[in-house]
Amino acid sequence: MALLSDADVDAIFHALADRTRRDIIVRVAVREQSVSALAERYAMSFAAVQKHVAVLQRASLVTKTKRGREQIVHANLVTVARARDLLDSYEQLWRHRAAQIDKLLGEATSDTSLSATPPHPTPTKGTS
Amino acid sequence: MTVRDVIKDVESLTMTFTAEFDATVERVWQVVADARQLERWWGPPEWPATFTRHDMVVGGESHYYMSGPDGEKMHGWWSITVVDGPRLLAFDDGFADDDGNPVDSMPVIATELTLEQLPGGGSLLTARSRFSSLEALEELVAMGMEEGMTTAMGQIDAILAEDQ
Repeated sequence: MALLSDADVDAIFHALADRTRRDIIVRVAVREQSVSALAERYAMSFAAVQKHVAVLQRASLVTKTKRGREQIVHANLVTVARARDLLDSYEQLWRHRAAQIDKLLGEATSDTSLSATPPHPTPTKGTS
Repeated sequence: MTVRDVIKDVESLTMTFTAEFDATVERVWQVVADARQLERWWGPPEWPATFTRHDMVVGGESHYYMSGPDGEKMHGWWSITVVDGPRLLAFDDGFADDDGNPVDSMPVIATELTLEQLPGGGSLLTARSRFSSLEALEELVAMGMEEGMTTAMGQIDAILAEDQ
């Protein structure tokens, strides 16, 4: 898999840190939309929405194409999913680490008289 | 062990993981301070860690490598920034080349481990990781962490759900 550069990563995180931009991604993920259609949904100027789209574009989270006089915004879901997966993966690493620590705490006892007892009783055979 | 909370903040590139253990803070501190215990839990699944140096003083360094399922080795280092046992350990965690020398072009994860004694004898461990970039995560993911990954999505999934 291709590694993202530092600059790519910064752009993705910066882009996703804003609620309006996350909302734009969700809307264009459901269906591609023109910048002007998006601008109607938010209480901000067309220029402001266009600026948000540009930030998303730089992070490769959306792409923009021209259709007549309209600019159509499409979601690049591969990048969105990637950023999401990476954070989830790191959470999984720490879940794994915590489980390993727990195992360690359970088995390591300084009381040697306890360690003489096997942790699980040997299963005995039932009646033959 | 109970995972209490996982907070992922995309803006500050920080993940804060909190778990409760049924042991005193002194005991939990040992699993970090003692290299032989530390290497039992530090590596990702299938990548056990071996610490060849573990110098838990401010300015001290630790060196380790993790051995992958195909015999490959991934080297890493810690640079200790704060030690206040058994309550707080802060260090930078980075990647190293095959000779164990830090690779400056690779990302660094600033890590802070805090231990808190709970009434009733348990301990609360808070692990705070701040990434210099997602490349560090890419490295970990490349080591097979995608296996068994569960969906634990926060904000984006919530927004997607609202929309459907």
